[in-house]
Amino acid sequence: MAREAELRLRERLSKLRQMRLLGRTGLSAELERLQRQLDLIAAETSDEEVWRSVELARHEERPYTLDYVERLFEDFFELHGDRTRADDAAVVTGLGRLDGQTVAFIGQQKGRDLKERAHRNFGMAFPEGYRKAIRVMELADRLGFPLLTLVDTPGAYPGVAAEQHGQGGAIARSQATMARLGVATVACVIGEGGSGGAIALALADRVLMQENAIYSVISPEGCATILWRDIGEARKAAAAFRPDAAHSLELGVIDAIVPEPPGGVQTDHDEAARLLAESVRESFEELEGIPGDELRRRRRAKFRALGVFA
Amino acid sequence: MSIEDKRPSEPPGGKRHPNTCPSCSSHYRDDELEVAYRVCPQCSFHFPMGARARVAHLADPGSFSEEAAGVRSEDPLGFFDLRPYTERLVEAEQSTGLGEAMLIGAAAIGGHACQLAVMDFAFMGGSMGSAVGEKFSRACDSAIDRGVPLVSIAASGGARMQEGILSLMQMPKTVCAVEDLHDARIAFISVLANPTTGGLLASFASLGDVLLAEPGALMSFAGPRVVQQTTREKLPDDFGRAEPNLRFGHIDAIVPRPELPATLARLLGFLSDGA
Repeated sequence: MAREAELRLRERLSKLRQMRLLGRTGLSAELERLQRQLDLIAAETSDEEVWRSVELARHEERPYTLDYVERLFEDFFELHGDRTRADDAAVVTGLGRLDGQTVAFIGQQKGRDLKERAHRNFGMAFPEGYRKAIRVMELADRLGFPLLTLVDTPGAYPGVAAEQHGQGGAIARSQATMARLGVATVACVIGEGGSGGAIALALADRVLMQENAIYSVISPEGCATILWRDIGEARKAAAAFRPDAAHSLELGVIDAIVPEPPGGVQTDHDEAARLLAESVRESFEELEGIPGDELRRRRRAKFRALGVFA
Repeated sequence: MSIEDKRPSEPPGGKRHPNTCPSCSSHYRDDELEVAYRVCPQCSFHFPMGARARVAHLADPGSFSEEAAGVRSEDPLGFFDLRPYTERLVEAEQSTGLGEAMLIGAAAIGGHACQLAVMDFAFMGGSMGSAVGEKFSRACDSAIDRGVPLVSIAASGGARMQEGILSLMQMPKTVCAVEDLHDARIAFISVLANPTTGGLLASFASLGDVLLAEPGALMSFAGPRVVQQTTREKLPDDFGRAEPNLRFGHIDAIVPRPELPATLARLLGFLSDGA
């Protein structure tokens, strides 16, 4: 599996090298990025590095969705509400201008200070949040805008009201809607890609992940509680299921790793946003000109091929 | 007037016998439960039902032909918690006689041809790993190829943690398979048995054209324990059960197990009438 990912990267790298001979500009950064991804795969991530990712993915100074929105887009108009019941502040949706082009946007927002954290429910969406997302996905599809989603959530909110409002069904339908879209879609995990709450917004043509983000079926703490019956074994759990970006790339779960500034995105928000914008732009370029039916077919084929079985 | 229930909720010193009703404490012999479709004759509690017993109960005699029987889980992470994942798999296979937590195949119910995908909770809590995802995905393709409706019976605690992120990816995988089914205009009836939680409820199990549940089936995204611990909310007694879910509009009907074959046959009759 690791070899496959490595080969894919090597192929892209050699293609790009040839292009450079044709005198295209702006490729050296891309070359550097691919080389770095190769290095990441080649060097098996150690247990300490995995745990470092877990810590950095949850770092308090890490840029959140709105930090990127303000740096990524020339203009942004926020859209509120699921048109049925409520406006969930854990999910931010809107229309942005990226290089002069309209892009539909959905992102999960944690809070920076105590007050905002409570307001954003720590980035844990209610079904209303996923319904708001669905509404904006459908808008994008109707009007032909590419869709960008940023994933950063410990998970969908586990509460009595959330269940009564249909949390499971909302997450299922959010994925189903993404599987139907006839426009280019790019998702990026920018912090915690927590379980069902994350995959609800990540069934995209290109799935990216920042270098120190994590993507997992359960939090290390949750896994430790269930399998080891001891929350203190979180490190052990993380080492066992490896939620780090290199591992996700190895398994084909994501398509590329977005580099972070040295030390992590929390050290330089502007540079982090610049690097993210670069990867997002490149992903949309790769998808440009592919007809909607073909996008949909390839997207479904990609996800239907995921898994390891005999 | 108040009638106090003094029975202990958990019998002291160990687990309850599998044939003792957790709801009314009546105890049955295997054959007594068998003839009652594993529904308590006293209080109608629905005991867990294995996948093979399900198929025997639902499918017309001799109509079931199993598919993808050889699909087995692998151990992509070399996962080892208190015991190796491979050891758990072998044990589950020995105790259930199944290769995985899902059984798929062609069948007929009340004379209506259909595709069946039936889960077994006894196989590692019915958890969905790569093999279950693949089997469900193939069941969708079979239904499309043969032009017959798909009926799934879910019974699962959610994703199989031992397969890490790949188990999470079985959610979008099965969702994409259902979308292909929808595009082919093939009907899909999803039945939720106790329990259908986590990644199962948040993927294909919620995407049926018609959603049915067995009485009392727990169908919540987050389990009651997780909700209690995270929110410290007082949970309603029927938290996440089929009955409130019907009230809140999340399912179409609650069908007692003895009526399930006839109900499915009726529905298949309606659904196979489309152009």
